[in-house]
Amino acid sequence: MAAYQPLDFFDLEDQYSEEERMVRDSVRSWVGERFMPGIMEHFENATFPMELVPELAELGVFGPTTPEEYGGAGMNNIAYGLICQELERGDSGLRSFVSVQGSLVMYPVFAYGSEEQKKEWLPKLASGEVIGCFGLTEPDFGSNPGGMLTTARRDGDDWILNGRKMWITNGTISQMAIVWARAEEGVMGFIVPCDLPGFSAPEQKHKWSLRASVTSELVMQDVRVPEALRLPKAKGLKAPLGCLTQARYGIAWGGLGAALACFDEGLSYSKERIVFDKPLAGFQLAQKKLADMATRITCGQMLALRLGRLKDEGRATPQQVSMAKRNNVELGLDIARVVRDMLGANGISLEYQVGRHMLNLESVYTYEGTHDIHTLAIGEAVTGIPAYR
Amino acid sequence: MNIVACVKRVPTTDAQAEIAADGTSLKTDGFQYMISFYDEIALEQAVQTKEASGGEVTVLTIGPASGSKEVRECLAKGGDKAIVLADDAWMQRDCRSTAKTLATKLQELGAELVFMGRVATDRDNAAVGPMTATYLGWACVTDVVEMTLEDGGGTAKRETEDGVETVRFSLPAIITCDKGLNEPRYAGLKGIMAAKKKPLEEAGAEDVPNQAVVTGVAPPPERKEGRIVGEGVEAIPALIDALRNEAQVL
Repeated sequence: MAAYQPLDFFDLEDQYSEEERMVRDSVRSWVGERFMPGIMEHFENATFPMELVPELAELGVFGPTTPEEYGGAGMNNIAYGLICQELERGDSGLRSFVSVQGSLVMYPVFAYGSEEQKKEWLPKLASGEVIGCFGLTEPDFGSNPGGMLTTARRDGDDWILNGRKMWITNGTISQMAIVWARAEEGVMGFIVPCDLPGFSAPEQKHKWSLRASVTSELVMQDVRVPEALRLPKAKGLKAPLGCLTQARYGIAWGGLGAALACFDEGLSYSKERIVFDKPLAGFQLAQKKLADMATRITCGQMLALRLGRLKDEGRATPQQVSMAKRNNVELGLDIARVVRDMLGANGISLEYQVGRHMLNLESVYTYEGTHDIHTLAIGEAVTGIPAYR
Repeated sequence: MNIVACVKRVPTTDAQAEIAADGTSLKTDGFQYMISFYDEIALEQAVQTKEASGGEVTVLTIGPASGSKEVRECLAKGGDKAIVLADDAWMQRDCRSTAKTLATKLQELGAELVFMGRVATDRDNAAVGPMTATYLGWACVTDVVEMTLEDGGGTAKRETEDGVETVRFSLPAIITCDKGLNEPRYAGLKGIMAAKKKPLEEAGAEDVPNQAVVTGVAPPPERKEGRIVGEGVEAIPALIDALRNEAQVL
C-alpha cells in the first residue's frame, strides 16, 4: 500500500500549532502502523480490536480535552478534532469507540457529574481501565429522544431503571453505561455499572456497516441504581443533547478523515491504473471526479478548522456543529461512493479501504443526528421557524 | 547518568526526490520532515536507559531553527531537554563537519553515554557516530541490537554479516542503534503537553567547513523493462542462461 498522503490543497498546515500537528502526526503514525494492518480482518470478522485499547489509552485519545487533574491531557478542541480525523481515516468504528468514550461518557461525567463522580470515574475512563457506553436512543425513539420510554422511579435512596436502549456503541464490552431515563422530574442521567442485577447488553449482529465496532442493545429490568450514581447537574433533555454536540463536533472531523483516506486511495489508484494505454487519472471524466472531491474536502477542512477555533473560544453553536457534521459526513459518503466507482471491480474488495469506508459512513450519516435532522436544525437557525413536526 | 540522544531531521521517506537547478542538491519544496528512523531508536534507547538507571536525556541536533516540531516530538517521547545547533544548511554538512560539531558540544555537555542512529536515512553515510567517537577518543559500538549497562561500561551485541558480535565497552561511549534494539514509542498526548514546558535551547552551530563536497547529483539509471522468459519449470534453463550470460550475475 502506498504511503498515505492526505490532501492539503490550501496549505492549511501552518494554520495548526506545533502541538496540534504533533498530536495529529502521532495518531496518524499509530493508525498507519498499528491499526491498519488488522482492520480488514476485524471488519470481516465483525470484531473490534480490543487488543489495541491499552495503546489507545497510552496515546491519550480517551477524553483528550479533559483536564489533567482528572486523567485527561487538557488538549484543545482542534487537537481533539485532528485525533478524530486520523482515527476515522483508519475506520469509523475506531473513531466511534473513541468518540463514545470521550464525548459521550467522559464528557457527561465531567460536565454533569459531582466532584466525587469525576474523581472516581474519569481517570479510569481515560486510562481505558473502564470502557463506557451511552444509552439514549431507543428502538422507537431516535431523532425524537424526548419520547423515550425508559423510566427512572425513585425508591428510597435508590432509583429503579426500566427500559431498552438500542444501537449503543460498545454496550456489550462496557463496564459502565451513561443511561438517560425519564423520571417524574424530567430526563435524568445515571452512571450505571454494567454488572448491576437486571442490566444486560446483548450485541446486535448482522450489520453491514461499522462491522469493526460493537453495537448493542441495553436492557434494564428493575435495575437499582443508588442516588450517588445519578448525574446531579444533568437536568432535562438538554444534558444528553449537550453530549451529542461534543460527539458531533468530533464526527465533523472524522468524516473528513474517511474522505481523505478514500480520496488518497482513489488518486493513487487512478494514477497507477492504466486504461486504454494511459493512466485513468489522465482522462477528463476521472479528473472531474478528482477535482470535485478535492474541492469538497478542502471546503470541509476549512469548515472544521473554523469550527474548532470557535469552539476553543467558547463561541461555537450547536447549529454550527450541525452544519459541519452534516456537510463533512455527506461529503465523506459521496466521495467514498465516487472512489468505489473509480476503482472498478477492485472497489468492492476489502483489500482496498474505500468499500469499508462507504459502508461505515452509511451509519455515520444517520447516527448522532441524522442528516435530515441536521438539515432542519440549520433550517431553523436561518429561518427562525422550527419545522421538525 | 548524563545521556545524550543525537538525532537528525530528515525528509520523510515517501518524499519525491527531484534534483535542484544547481545539480548538486535536491529540491526541498514540499518536503515534509521527520526524525530519522534509526535516530528514533536511539532516542528510545536513551529514554529506556534513563528509566532503568536514572539520569537525564538531552536531545541534540544540528538543524534549522524552524525545525522545532521534530525536536519537540523527541521531548514528548521522553527527552528532558533539547539543544538545536542552528544551521539552515544542515543537510549539506559532510560527516566530518557534523561529527566535529557534535563532538565539541558533547564534550561541553559532559555526556557519558551517547546514542545515535546507525545511519541517517537521507545521506546514508553511517559515519557520524564513529567519527564523533574518534574526535572524542571514546568507545564506539556500531549497529547495536541489544545492550546492557554495568559499572563503568556495558555490553552490546551488534549484528554483522558473519553473525552476532558481543562487545564490552567502557564509558564514555557512543552507541549507534540498529533496528531491533527496541520499539520506539509514540508521542502520547500527555507527553506532548509536558514537552511544551521542557527546555528547548537554540545555540549557534560551530562552523566547520566541509572537506567532502557534493559535486553532482544524478537520478539512478532507469531500469530496463523486464522480460518474461517462459513459464513453469520449463523456463528454468532459459532463466539461468539469461542470468548467467545477459545479466552476468551467476
